[in-house]
Amino acid sequence: MRHHLILRVITKLLVGTIFLFALYVQFHGDYSPGGGFQAGVIMAVGFIIYGLVFKLEKAKAVFPPWLVHKIVALGVLVYAGTGVYSLLVGYTFLDYAAIDPHSPVHGQHLGILIVELGVGITVTGVMVAIYYAFAAHAPNLKDEDW
Amino acid sequence: MASSVSLSEPIHHVALSLADQLPILQIIIPFITAPLIVFLGVRQLAWPLAFLASVLCVVTSSLLLKQVIDGSEISYQLGGWAPPLGIEYRVDAVNAFVLLLISGIASVVLFWARLGLKAEVPERSHALFYALFLLCLTGLMGVVITGDAFNVFVFLEISSLSTYVLIAQGCHQDKRAFTASYNYLIMGTIGATFFVIGIGFLYMATGTLNMADLADRIALQHDNRTIQAAFAFIVVGMGLKAAIYPLHLWMPNAYTFAPSPVVAFLSGTATKMALYVLLRFMFTVFQPAFLEEVPLIEAIILPFAIVAMFASSISAFAQRDLKRMLAHSSVAQLGYMMLGIGLFSHTGLTATVIHLFNHGITKAALFLGVGCYVFVVGGASYEKLKGLGKTMPWTSAAMVIAGLSLVGVPGTAGFVSKWILVQAAFEQGWWIFAFLIVLSSILAVAYVWRMIEALYLASPAEGAMSQEVPFLMLLPLWALALSTLYFGLFTDITLGAAKAAASGLMSGSSGMF
Amino acid sequence: MVEFFTSDFVLGRLNYWFFIFLMMTGLYIVIARSNLVKKIVGLNIFQTSVFMLYISIGKVSGGTAPIFPIDMNIDPNVVYSNPLPHVLILTAIVVGIATTSLGLALMVRIRESYHTIEEHEIAEQEQEIMRKELGLAKEGEV
Repeated sequence: MRHHLILRVITKLLVGTIFLFALYVQFHGDYSPGGGFQAGVIMAVGFIIYGLVFKLEKAKAVFPPWLVHKIVALGVLVYAGTGVYSLLVGYTFLDYAAIDPHSPVHGQHLGILIVELGVGITVTGVMVAIYYAFAAHAPNLKDEDW
Repeated sequence: MASSVSLSEPIHHVALSLADQLPILQIIIPFITAPLIVFLGVRQLAWPLAFLASVLCVVTSSLLLKQVIDGSEISYQLGGWAPPLGIEYRVDAVNAFVLLLISGIASVVLFWARLGLKAEVPERSHALFYALFLLCLTGLMGVVITGDAFNVFVFLEISSLSTYVLIAQGCHQDKRAFTASYNYLIMGTIGATFFVIGIGFLYMATGTLNMADLADRIALQHDNRTIQAAFAFIVVGMGLKAAIYPLHLWMPNAYTFAPSPVVAFLSGTATKMALYVLLRFMFTVFQPAFLEEVPLIEAIILPFAIVAMFASSISAFAQRDLKRMLAHSSVAQLGYMMLGIGLFSHTGLTATVIHLFNHGITKAALFLGVGCYVFVVGGASYEKLKGLGKTMPWTSAAMVIAGLSLVGVPGTAGFVSKWILVQAAFEQGWWIFAFLIVLSSILAVAYVWRMIEALYLASPAEGAMSQEVPFLMLLPLWALALSTLYFGLFTDITLGAAKAAASGLMSGSSGMF
Repeated sequence: MVEFFTSDFVLGRLNYWFFIFLMMTGLYIVIARSNLVKKIVGLNIFQTSVFMLYISIGKVSGGTAPIFPIDMNIDPNVVYSNPLPHVLILTAIVVGIATTSLGLALMVRIRESYHTIEEHEIAEQEQEIMRKELGLAKEGEV
């Protein structure tokens, strides 16, 4: 990959922007189109493009597979944990009003934000995990094959 | 969203106690434990956590059953959105009974798996295996507990996707597990998608997804062709999942190559869950009055039930592998359950529901026994089983008991359900069906005899070393085997629940059952 | 003939015709192709047809995006499209992705162990395995 100077430079520039855009989509998801699913995929694309251009090993060094596994589980735990919290304080499961009983609307707002964060984390993890799983099985492409 | 009141004033809220939360706890306990196992990533913790979760599920489902045994219903609103708009969990007597069956079999199988799983799945996959097992459990119980038609699909896919992976775990024994799992994935996805199409048509025609609400609105428009098409899609889709006779092709391979604890769990719960959904949609959502108008029962269910009873029994007899034989016999036994539906009477449905339960525990016992044999001799072909009756007396005795229940020998659980089925046939004056049931039972004797022959009458292969499995693996096997005897002798619980279920179904109550 | 094609039965229900066409295309590919990748592609087309059916039934003629104004002053004259089918299908799409990736992953493993992804070749190999098993069993009996 040493020859592809343009690809490497552009990727380095792009990856940061992609992450930033993912965060934008993530945290504006409740007001504008977007949310956890989209943000998670965009975030994962950042890692995937990095892995495509600078070999899989480099991407794995940044985001090791064991961490991917934990991230996948963590997101689900954040989501379900929100529900369990509302359950423990005496509301029904995932009743966001439980987060701020004095102002249910604020509670809803916060609840959606947290839940979407959980979704985003899991989707990032799952997408990267799928990429790792398939890329690790593919034969390595040589520079001449491009 | 419509409650604009909530914008200004805080709503008065009555705090719910933990007892009110039982319906969601039933689902959320395994659902949270599964990612927790992955998150912790400690192999030694995986089994204890999984087992704890399944035992807690048994506890919650028994508490739920205790609450609803008098015929009352529990409705639980998710996220505080009231049905029919919000998703609702609904529990009644039969519902809780099926939950108890599923969680009970899950914990028995998990107990067995602590020692037994090592023989079939390498230890490095154990943590993920248990996580998937719990996800599968979540899905199966979710399908049963939910009162929302689309939610059924979501939980169905949770259980199916984890099932595909669990079946593929058999690759460590035989690479054909991959193709078995792949075929199941294709068939299962087509089935689930058919189900979604059906739900979509229902939504187009009625504008609701809540089951009780659907039942009310369908009752007003029986001759609507959209609803009739929806019915066809739902029956075929769920039929694929339940492996009803012509749609069963994925099942023998999937059950043969999956690891034994997975098969024991699935055979006891997964097809039963699909059949339960089928019953619920046919009788609760669409109502018996609708069934009388469409030619489903006499044109499709009855003939295929009879064909299943014979064709699958014969192919079970022809097998040379115990696991494969049991898989084929499952299709045949599903034929009895379909026959019960086909008779379209109170007694017939009682037979279906009670056979659903009895066959669940019988098959779970048989497949756990197969797992014990695989643990010791590394396979379950009759060739390998030769003479194991002498070297593994306890496992084989339990297998014989469960095998007798599969045949339907008096004193076992299998007898009770077949007896009621025969009664139902006589009640309708269709003695020919009663005759056919007895005839197919003779076929069952034949295929169970092949197992007993290999175990007890054949001499062991020379130089074969085999000994009894550890006590902790025998315990769950015997628990299931003895329960087939118990439910064969004391039928109050099962028969009572089945009768209550059948009367609920036939009356088409707008409740769950 | 022209009248038939511009009639309500065809033009008025165009979304259903597309749905049926896509669905049958997908199912045909799943059944008729022996290549495992193509089967998954067929499955995807089949599922997508259902997504399109759902999304098209959420359309209310003259309806706008179902977003309430922030002050919750809802104009009763404004017609909103039905957002529920979209939400349902969002779930179904996620399920579809999971199914596809799982199917592809299984396929990768099938290729690693069978060295082919053609269904009939796999079936041949499996029959070969079967025959070997039976042959062994027969020898054992003797």
